[in-house]
Amino acid sequence: MSIPKTMRLVDGEKGNLIQITSLNLDGVMRRRLLDLGFVAGAMVEVIRKSPLGDPIAYRVSQTTIALRKEESSRIEGVLMTDGE
Amino acid sequence: MSIQQLYTEAQQLSTAKLRDDIVQQLYERSHRLCAEGIKYTKSNRDTRTEKLDAIFTSPIFGFPIMLTMLGVLFYLTIAGANIPSSMLAEFFGSMEKYLTAFFSFIHAPDWVHGVLVLGLYRGTTWVISVMLPPMAIFFPTFALLENYGYLPRVAFNMDRLFKRVGAHGKQSLTMAMGFGCNAAAVISTRIIESPRERMLAILTNNFVPCNGRWGTLIVLASLFMAANFTGGLKSLVTTGVIVGIVMFGIIVTFFVSWVLSKTALKGIPTHYTLELPPYRKPKIFDTVVRSSLTKSWSVLMRAVKVAAPAAILTWVFANIFIGDTSILMYAVEFLDPFGKLLGLDGYIMMAFILGLPANEIVLPILLMGYLSTGSLTEVDSLVDLKQIFLDHGWTWLTALNMMLFSLLHYPCGTTLLNIYKETKSKKWTFLAFLIPTVIAILVPFIITQTVRFFGWM
Amino acid sequence: MGNSYRVALAGNPNTGKSTLFNALTGLRQHTGNWAGKTVSLAQGDIQYKDKTFNLIDLPGTYSLFSNSSDEEVARNYIVFEKPDVTVVVLDATSLERNFNLALQVLEMTKNVIICINLIDVAEKQGITINERILTNRLGVPVIKISARNKKGFPMLLDTIDRIVTGAIDCQPVQTTYPDDIEEQIKKIEPKVSELIGNELSARWVSLRLLDGDENLLNEINERFGQKERA
Repeated sequence: MSIPKTMRLVDGEKGNLIQITSLNLDGVMRRRLLDLGFVAGAMVEVIRKSPLGDPIAYRVSQTTIALRKEESSRIEGVLMTDGE
Repeated sequence: MSIQQLYTEAQQLSTAKLRDDIVQQLYERSHRLCAEGIKYTKSNRDTRTEKLDAIFTSPIFGFPIMLTMLGVLFYLTIAGANIPSSMLAEFFGSMEKYLTAFFSFIHAPDWVHGVLVLGLYRGTTWVISVMLPPMAIFFPTFALLENYGYLPRVAFNMDRLFKRVGAHGKQSLTMAMGFGCNAAAVISTRIIESPRERMLAILTNNFVPCNGRWGTLIVLASLFMAANFTGGLKSLVTTGVIVGIVMFGIIVTFFVSWVLSKTALKGIPTHYTLELPPYRKPKIFDTVVRSSLTKSWSVLMRAVKVAAPAAILTWVFANIFIGDTSILMYAVEFLDPFGKLLGLDGYIMMAFILGLPANEIVLPILLMGYLSTGSLTEVDSLVDLKQIFLDHGWTWLTALNMMLFSLLHYPCGTTLLNIYKETKSKKWTFLAFLIPTVIAILVPFIITQTVRFFGWM
Repeated sequence: MGNSYRVALAGNPNTGKSTLFNALTGLRQHTGNWAGKTVSLAQGDIQYKDKTFNLIDLPGTYSLFSNSSDEEVARNYIVFEKPDVTVVVLDATSLERNFNLALQVLEMTKNVIICINLIDVAEKQGITINERILTNRLGVPVIKISARNKKGFPMLLDTIDRIVTGAIDCQPVQTTYPDDIEEQIKKIEPKVSELIGNELSARWVSLRLLDGDENLLNEINERFGQKERA
């Protein structure tokens, strides 16, 4: 594996495993994402896109959560494996 | 020191990232607990859910499967309800003969027989025979989909469309709930966390026809739209018409949501998260059969409770005369010109007004109104029913307009009450009444005037 | 009724909490209003030994930080209505996320049962749960059940029974936070105790105040203010 790559969740491809580094949102949305397990250090796997491309489903803390790109583009992480 | 001062003090101590740290700590502890107390021998993956999701949320099959499910659900309800409905109607009809015989045997005054048998008995048995069978089919089938875990996938698939009009994908779930009961659906909008989208879901839920309106829609569609078909084909055509009506309701929902999110509900922030839980085999008896039976029963009891007094009231209005015209007729004549503009009539308008407490009773009230003027025929079958409508000048246009008015008009009393409880705002409750009413007047008006203008009718 | 106890069911959505509620109470359910609020919660009674357990089905929520009205309803019930026992229902297949809520409940109240549901599904997926280790780490009873198959109910009911009779003494193990947060808690906690006494967990209220939970603040003002006036 090469040097860790920083990326936004929204740019993840199916099967990517991303470790969250930061959440660039505020208020209720930030709190809700935290409650669902989108905390710094958490591992997130990209599961699938909806038929129309958005939202995208992610696997986080043993559950599957779908986020719209408005939110997933504000969550940053490091690409751990690309699922190959 | 008051708690308020303590709060201020706490806020000075606190940092912006405190919440992050708290939740992060909780999750770290969760993670540790799992590592210590739980062994994952196989790879901790639910492959069945993944395989099913690959189909149900597939770019190719996702939408066709969804539409098919909706169609099948309606078809099962309509085709399956046909026979039990007519059996119940027949049963109640034959019981009525005995009741009438009993009343004349005890020499009861005519008005007692009128109120109790022609008013109360006919009104409530109608509600039961028209409503119970579709409910007993729709609720369990729907509960099956719900228990299986399919519904969140609908919200996942549809979200992009809802987003485009400023709404939330989970609104598709509250809308689905609305097919059963709008009043319950208004409460279920709590699953939408963001206030703006929740308000949209509350205000537009009424455009999904609830169980109380199913009866009206199905009867009118099969009498007037599918009149030339028989057997299975008839059910199929009826289903087609109902799906069309539902689709129209969805289009109106999108349109109203779009307008509202550009105007009255502009700019209040938005957030979205949706869990896709694993698919689970529904426990047929416990969760599906029993819960839907209790649900059917409670909805039915409510309907009967409302239908019974309304039926009596209607009969009384129709039989108290001032001069040589009944109170009901005064109201009907007053409303008639307005009704005619919409391709309806005064009776229909009257029925919808008296039907405010519950949509279930609109059609029975209408029938009682029609029957109170002419000779009292017994409505044993749908053929008799159609004759009553035809005698009062109905055409397919009247039926279509009544279906649309039923689909689009103001929410029932219980729903309005729930909207007030949930929004705690008189303004929004009033808008929840006003918006559908205006649309319900405009649409039939435009259709009627267009049809008349081109001379199609 | 000396022999009637209130048992609240809390949990994430989709954990089978309602299945458990329905299976336990059967058709003996009704919706009741409480504390003069317009919120109605489903309730149902179970007879066990010589006691009546009045089960209250709280709304399914992901957390209890009052981000939504459902969370507030659940939170307020646990904290202010003080059920005799709070049963937190967890999904065995996604415990990591589910523990988050359970840990929050442990901060709020003492008599808690951690009820791990869907144990049959978890076993099929090769998940083995050692409830003794978890009980030890959490300080409250941890029970495995399958609400769909009605498995583990006797154990659950017996545990509720033993908590209300005092045979089991719950000692929830609190989550320790990073040092800076713990220091802040230490500064606030004695003052909170002084103000509200033993009515609520002072540690929990301190945390909520530090977090800036205005809804809770208002709720406390309303409830405790009323008491003073009365």
